[in-house]
Amino acid sequence: MAKAEWAAARRSLIGKRISRLDGPAKTTGAARYAYDINRPGMLYAKIVASPHAHAKVLAIDTKPAEDMAGVRAVWKDPEMIGKEVNYVGALVAVVAAETEEIATEAASRVMVQYEVLEHQVVDHKADLSKDRPSQRTQGDVEDALKKAHTTVQGFYGVPVITHCCLEPHGQVTEMKDGDLLVWPSTQNVSKYSTGLGEAAGVDQNRIRVDCQYMGGGFGSKFNFDRWGAIGAILAKQTGRPVKLMLDRDLELATAGSRPSAFANIKIGAASDGTVTALDAEIWGTSGMGGSIPTQMPYVFKVPNFRVVGKRIQTHRGSARAWRAPNHPQNCVLTMCAYADLAAKMGMDELDFFLRNVQFTDRPAVYTEEFKIAADLIKYREKAHPRGDRTPGPIKRGLGVSLHTWGGLGHDSECDVTINPDGSVETRMGTQDLGVGTRTCLGIVVADTLGLPLEAVHVQIGRSDYPVSGASGGSTTIGGISTASRKAATAALNALFDVVAPKLGVTPDQLEAVGGEVRQIGRPANKLAWKHACALLGVSPITRRGVSIRGESEKAGFTSQGVGGVQIADVSVDIETGVVTMNELVAVQDCGLIIDLKLAESQVYGAMIMGITSALYEEAVYDATTGRMLNADMEFYRLAGIKDVGKLTVHMMTGKGYDERGVIGLGEPPVISPAAAISNAVANAIGTRVPNLPLTPDRVLTALAEKGGVA
Amino acid sequence: MSAEHDPSSSGVSRRGFLKGLGLGTAATGIVSTVTPVAEAATRNPDLRGPGEVPLTLKVNGATRSLSVEPRVTLLDALRNRLDLTGPKKVCDRGTCGACTVLVDGQPVYACCMLALEAEGRTVTTVEGLGTPEKLSAVQKAFVEHDAQQCGFCTPGFVTAATAFVRQNPNATIEEVRAGLGGNLCRCGTYAGMILAVVDAAKTGGRS
Repeated sequence: MAKAEWAAARRSLIGKRISRLDGPAKTTGAARYAYDINRPGMLYAKIVASPHAHAKVLAIDTKPAEDMAGVRAVWKDPEMIGKEVNYVGALVAVVAAETEEIATEAASRVMVQYEVLEHQVVDHKADLSKDRPSQRTQGDVEDALKKAHTTVQGFYGVPVITHCCLEPHGQVTEMKDGDLLVWPSTQNVSKYSTGLGEAAGVDQNRIRVDCQYMGGGFGSKFNFDRWGAIGAILAKQTGRPVKLMLDRDLELATAGSRPSAFANIKIGAASDGTVTALDAEIWGTSGMGGSIPTQMPYVFKVPNFRVVGKRIQTHRGSARAWRAPNHPQNCVLTMCAYADLAAKMGMDELDFFLRNVQFTDRPAVYTEEFKIAADLIKYREKAHPRGDRTPGPIKRGLGVSLHTWGGLGHDSECDVTINPDGSVETRMGTQDLGVGTRTCLGIVVADTLGLPLEAVHVQIGRSDYPVSGASGGSTTIGGISTASRKAATAALNALFDVVAPKLGVTPDQLEAVGGEVRQIGRPANKLAWKHACALLGVSPITRRGVSIRGESEKAGFTSQGVGGVQIADVSVDIETGVVTMNELVAVQDCGLIIDLKLAESQVYGAMIMGITSALYEEAVYDATTGRMLNADMEFYRLAGIKDVGKLTVHMMTGKGYDERGVIGLGEPPVISPAAAISNAVANAIGTRVPNLPLTPDRVLTALAEKGGVA
Repeated sequence: MSAEHDPSSSGVSRRGFLKGLGLGTAATGIVSTVTPVAEAATRNPDLRGPGEVPLTLKVNGATRSLSVEPRVTLLDALRNRLDLTGPKKVCDRGTCGACTVLVDGQPVYACCMLALEAEGRTVTTVEGLGTPEKLSAVQKAFVEHDAQQCGFCTPGFVTAATAFVRQNPNATIEEVRAGLGGNLCRCGTYAGMILAVVDAAKTGGRS
């Protein structure tokens, strides 16, 4: 009888470097995303959006749009009149037409009358907060700062950034024989439609969701959203399939952003570098609602602290979960303050961090990781005190950061079927955001059955498959690998029951290895997989595996709490202010790795996303008009292939790590890059550039304030 | 020189335009989105439309007849009329390269070219480069080096890389970084991509 577990002896594919199953589909254009679904007779829908950041809707005249040839329906909220819109881009009406061009033109013809109201989009001034400040304290921060050997005070700023998924939000919707078919771009296949039935006036039990590929979510695509409901209403009204995808400007301004965080921070340390006190006032915006990041101090436990949070409401599109919610901002605020204190004390930055990792949840992990990272980037050879004294305009510097995340697997169910012809299918209502879920699912099932990966037909992305969790918070891999391991093991044991008499053994004497079912310890007594399955006659075996978070953690399938460190090496041209990435090293732990190649890809990707946020990304708003000025991909910059420098990834595997079970990896490595890069720039030029992104103008301003030289 | 073999006659290859100016990916966009349309209009006295007009396109080796308004971009014609959805619509204004196709062998942002302007020219989309069963050398290298995550930018990169390796056999890492500067990825797949393109360039993209 095979036991569901991760024991090393029973791993044939798990942990190897395996190419993703859907690579061929993605590289050839065969992969169909929501945006690519074309249905017979499909209409194209376009959104009419508010041009005002704050206004009352007085009237909506859809007639000019309806009069256009090719327009099939115009949706407007009957209850919208007299209501307020709270950001530029707020959805007011939607037009559906025969072609995309007609829909776009018709949308521009919908006449909306507004009473323009006062707006507020500025988020970098603490006194704009109208809320009662939040406050968390521990110990006596004022006394501790007084007694500290050294203190340093600084201002740090992390702006609002957007998700900028390359595939915008949206979906294709179709009514067919009483069923509502939806092809959305979503991170939450099983539960995407929760509430959609009511919102769209259709039977909730007859909604079928299909998302085989999705072009990026990063935390912004969990629900059907208003456009999901309106798409369904239009499909119902017209009897035609409707494609409604957000245009790029709406995607950037309204479909998700990360809260800003600005802070005045004072910290103090004892003479040996042990941080004893942290006093922080943090302010920022998440739009009209939501919260701002105040989980400080980050990673480090500081005996005395006070953290005051001041949320600023702004007439901007609201924040959504953004990869590792709140961690990157809190990481920047904490790690930059630590580095500034190290510099003031004249201590090496890495030594300062190593001194303080004893005050974290996992000192041994961070210490080991820092040693590896330092070796990889040759830290000890390159390190210098703050301010590169090398003559010439190019200054080089190193910067350090560390981070943590949970990553416990979510609740998940999975079916595995072994067919009499030897074929194997697995079905699960999960989704692949590009992290390799489809591949990892196949690996776990194939590994369990002793088969090659190609032998398993992996089916995901449909709401009629066994329920799985949303892909958020690095919870997917722990959940799907546990449920599929259990399902495959149960199916295999059922097969053993049938095969055992044929081989003259009991089921618990069997194992499945290398495409054979054989007797443990007597491998010659065997049946080829196909022949073993043929004994099933006409009855396939299907077994369901269920993973429930707490139970799976207790049983060792998954766990939580990882540590990672990163060190950045940058060059700064003090004449132009341009920051160039030389190298970024990431050392990361995530428990047992299912596919090493895809795990490394995850980390590379997170590092690049982090580099982008450090050097380029900011949602720039105009105080006068209330508009996002860079709601396009020209001026909302993403790092290009030449901007990222050398990237080095080291995954912690083997003893001490593998036996922790499977832990999620999506969030942790995206947390540290901005902090490490900001620290590296400070190390290079001898002064802190307080606000991210570290654009040339900000670098030059910081240098000018310091006196212009490194 | 016939129009078919003269890449300069389109005036709409943003990539070529940027190369000519010696500019990179950053903040250069204001100029080119408007200019090509104006140029095309002055060059072609046979104004067509408004309303849909018949059009024949040579795409991936096949001749396809369709009917579009003159304002329809090549990208929208491919995606919405011909169901060739490999080229993606992301920025829709010549910045990200997700819509890259080959026109007479040259990489072009399909969102910045009108469908009518592609008439009489040879258009190749990512679907024309290989299939999941028969991958091109570039596609194979992208799979091997895991040069994709969500995969939405991948077709554009594969197409741009195909043109790049044909013109730059044995390209170095630095040449790849410069040569693929016209495409953007959000998931951050550049590490694998560099290795993939360097690999594929060794054979000039031939399998």
